[in-house]
Amino acid sequence: MNRRGWLAAAGLATFLLGWEAVPRLGLVPALLLPPPSSLPAAFWREITGGWWLDATLHSLGHYTMGLLLGTGLGVALGVAAALWNDLDRFLSWVIRLLRPVPGLAWVPFAIVWFGISEAAATFIIVIGVLWINFYASYGAARAVDKDLIELAEAFGHKGVWRQLVPIVLPASASGILAGVRTGLGQAWMAVVAAELFGIPGLGQRMMQASSLLATDVVVVYMITIAVCYGLTDIVFVWLRDRILSWQR
Amino acid sequence: MATVVDIAGLAIGFDNGPPVLADFTASLEARSFTAIVGPSGVGKSTLLRVIAGLLAPREGTVSAPFEPDPGRRPFALVFQEARLLPWRSILGNVLFGLERLHLSAGERRHRAFEVLELVGLADYAHRWPYQLSGGQRQRINLARALAVHPALLLLDEPFSALDAITRHTLQGELLRLWHATHTTILFVTHDLDEAVYLADRVIVLGGQPGARIIRDFLVPLARPRDRGSVGFADHVHQLRSALSDIMAGGEGI
Repeated sequence: MNRRGWLAAAGLATFLLGWEAVPRLGLVPALLLPPPSSLPAAFWREITGGWWLDATLHSLGHYTMGLLLGTGLGVALGVAAALWNDLDRFLSWVIRLLRPVPGLAWVPFAIVWFGISEAAATFIIVIGVLWINFYASYGAARAVDKDLIELAEAFGHKGVWRQLVPIVLPASASGILAGVRTGLGQAWMAVVAAELFGIPGLGQRMMQASSLLATDVVVVYMITIAVCYGLTDIVFVWLRDRILSWQR
Repeated sequence: MATVVDIAGLAIGFDNGPPVLADFTASLEARSFTAIVGPSGVGKSTLLRVIAGLLAPREGTVSAPFEPDPGRRPFALVFQEARLLPWRSILGNVLFGLERLHLSAGERRHRAFEVLELVGLADYAHRWPYQLSGGQRQRINLARALAVHPALLLLDEPFSALDAITRHTLQGELLRLWHATHTTILFVTHDLDEAVYLADRVIVLGGQPGARIIRDFLVPLARPRDRGSVGFADHVHQLRSALSDIMAGGEGI
């Protein structure tokens, strides 16, 4: 292992050892901070009880659905607003009003509109990733080099529709994908928030565990979310590098 | 000789400002090579864009009395910088110009490889733009325009950003392509040596604001031209004094 690898491993080990030491030395009761050594047993109980797989699959379902819808909608709206000035003006105040409202604030409406259902969770996640993708795509599509637009016109690709696929989307792909990547993380946060009010999934299981003061189980699900996010991000980066392989 | 394009009384300006170009009238003969020179700001590049139909003139007309042909573009523009699409291969970049023409996919491919052969870069068809040198990218810029078989090829200082050796090579290449394709060329440059080396006819623009044609003269030197010859130096000198007259007249720069 190189120096960089050693330092990263050392950092992680120090963190875990420190964490283990605090409850063991009695600085904090183990109930308030379960030591990492207690986690494998808690994890095993969750798996053998069938809760872990069930919760993870539910959450993955909400995540995938919400992410696809929110990203698709955000990118489409962002690119459209960047290309059509009238749409941009039309939306400007609507977006100023809606954008600062956090996803959690929509929970009452999600329940009223969709009930305690998959659709409600999906809705919260859509809200959670919509604006990130909207602004990233809007900015990227606005910043497309005007010289490339002129090139397209010089060779007969006139009008926004004819320039969208050959010029605008590839030229803004890098910026759009940066927004999508931020959304990947944001969507996991939204998943937990959406499930806290009773929709089956990781969030709901965490809520149940915390009301029973099973803090070790809470930590198991925190780690589950972190690992899920890490894996989605790795897959995404791999995919992005293939899509943008034309870049140096 | 047949006229390829008639440009009459063109005036060009932006918004409500004074005209950049006040009056431009010229007829270009088929297979001729015309250079336009003049100080920066007289609207040379803008003139090419108006002819290409990318900008509307304030006054005047550009008429091209040739048969409309769905497999050709009347005008094609070669940009100052190569302006290649970085997400497309070299072949893809040449095809980009052909996509709006009524050609089958096979015909487009055939045309693209034809011009890539012509500029000597057929082996680079599947490379990315960043893998090419500046001179090679400029050849693709040229190939993309030639692929649409334009009646008039418009070049906007295409060699100005290249080093002297590459520039001279590409000037020779352009003359070879001009002969090979029988196209008509309108070439904007600020390099007097380049204008005399390449063109049959040099149009000098000057006067600001509101530039017009100051001189319009023929370059009857035999080809291939020798930059070291007395006749060559004499023509460059004439051109230089025409330009310094504009400056001295207080209308310059």
